[in-house]
Amino acid sequence: MAKESISRTFAVAAGLCVVCALIVAIASVSLKGAQERNKALDKQVNILRAAGLLQPTEKVDASRAAELFENCKTVVVDLESGTIDESADPAEIEKDPNNKIKLDKADDIASIKEIPAKTVVYLFYDETGELKTVVLPIVGSGLWSVLYGFFSLDGDLNSTANIVFYDHGETPGLGGEISNPVWTAKWKGKKAFNQNGEPALRVIKGTADPASSDIDGISGATLTGKGVTNTVTFWLGEKGFGPFLKNLRAQNGSKSEN
Amino acid sequence: MELTQNDKKSFLEPLFKNNPVFVQILGICSALAVTTSMKTAITMTLAVTFVTAFSNVGVSLIRKFIPGSIRMIVEMTIIAALVILVDQLIKAFSYDLSKQLSVYVGLIITNCIVMGRAEAFAIKNAPTGSFLDGLGNGLGYGCVLLIVAFFRELFGFGKIFGFVVFKTVQNGGWYVPNGLMVTAPAAFFLIGAIIWIAKTFNKSLQDAE
Repeated sequence: MAKESISRTFAVAAGLCVVCALIVAIASVSLKGAQERNKALDKQVNILRAAGLLQPTEKVDASRAAELFENCKTVVVDLESGTIDESADPAEIEKDPNNKIKLDKADDIASIKEIPAKTVVYLFYDETGELKTVVLPIVGSGLWSVLYGFFSLDGDLNSTANIVFYDHGETPGLGGEISNPVWTAKWKGKKAFNQNGEPALRVIKGTADPASSDIDGISGATLTGKGVTNTVTFWLGEKGFGPFLKNLRAQNGSKSEN
Repeated sequence: MELTQNDKKSFLEPLFKNNPVFVQILGICSALAVTTSMKTAITMTLAVTFVTAFSNVGVSLIRKFIPGSIRMIVEMTIIAALVILVDQLIKAFSYDLSKQLSVYVGLIITNCIVMGRAEAFAIKNAPTGSFLDGLGNGLGYGCVLLIVAFFRELFGFGKIFGFVVFKTVQNGGWYVPNGLMVTAPAAFFLIGAIIWIAKTFNKSLQDAE
């Protein structure tokens, strides 16, 4: 068989494809477990950071993370009614492709076009069974990219506990500073709602009044800051977690009266 | 196994005299993308070195069987398989780094250095020489990456390998980070400067007047 014959060309191509496919398939199958564990742990770590149970740079292994999740109730929330769907499985709901609602342009202040109908929320309790922190997943548009993060409220459901962005493509050193713990620490304790129960948190230019719901913006990142404000405003508002937080507040209120 | 003079040359030349980045001007795009920190630059160096070395070996081993008409597709397939392997390994064993490198590991497939060495060297040379050539070129590329990353991380973030050298204003220090350094143009300026220095010291690189 000559080197350049058609049958020879096919034989070499086929042989090579089989060998390469085998290498890739073996790598993919044998490493899948480790990769999925990494991904799941990464998510857990970010939730724990938002809940204030982990320091921003602290690293943990899977067993320690599971331990910290002991006092956490993972619930599925129907965003529109604000109720907890006991029958839904948190792991399944995130994979369900039909789990989405299109947003009207007027409502879509975070520029995300659609939101899930049901979403997973993490409720952290202290030893006495009191609600300590509520961790809410948030997503919105920054300047260049989509920002993915967790926003958490203290047990009073009004004071901000933390805000963590775990994935974004903003300019490093400028907009990228939204994931710098030194900046996110400025959110701590800020009241998330005004007297009328409307979302009040704003990232502003200049120096913020410590008693207000304003947060010092990052210099050189005005537009990313705007994106963060819109994201938080949307998710705390009526189309976001507003109804759920209202229900939760009513529930907590009745509990303390008893 | 004795290394011939030629083998040594194929390893040593790409480190400086025939460096893929500042002499052959290949692989510039990833040199811009992954050089904002030393850590990502090192991982990228190792990944590219692994891929160039072993794709060279692969191509060299079957060079006598590869029909000319599908030569480049064969090279590409070998490179792609190795890149996927590296990508999977990084995702499994160093998840944080894989998040920082994001798509750029996959883009090693399109790094001209890898394809360039397979086509220019491995297709007509023995496996040992090809391996060393790939190693040399990967490391030559890595040297430039690390030099660029050193300056970008130091002046852009005030850090080296993530350790604080200059405490930045954002973290309550004195150093105002250089915003240019964290963006891609800074890498262009730095690579330009490296090419300038290399040409000054190595007269043979200068264009004839």
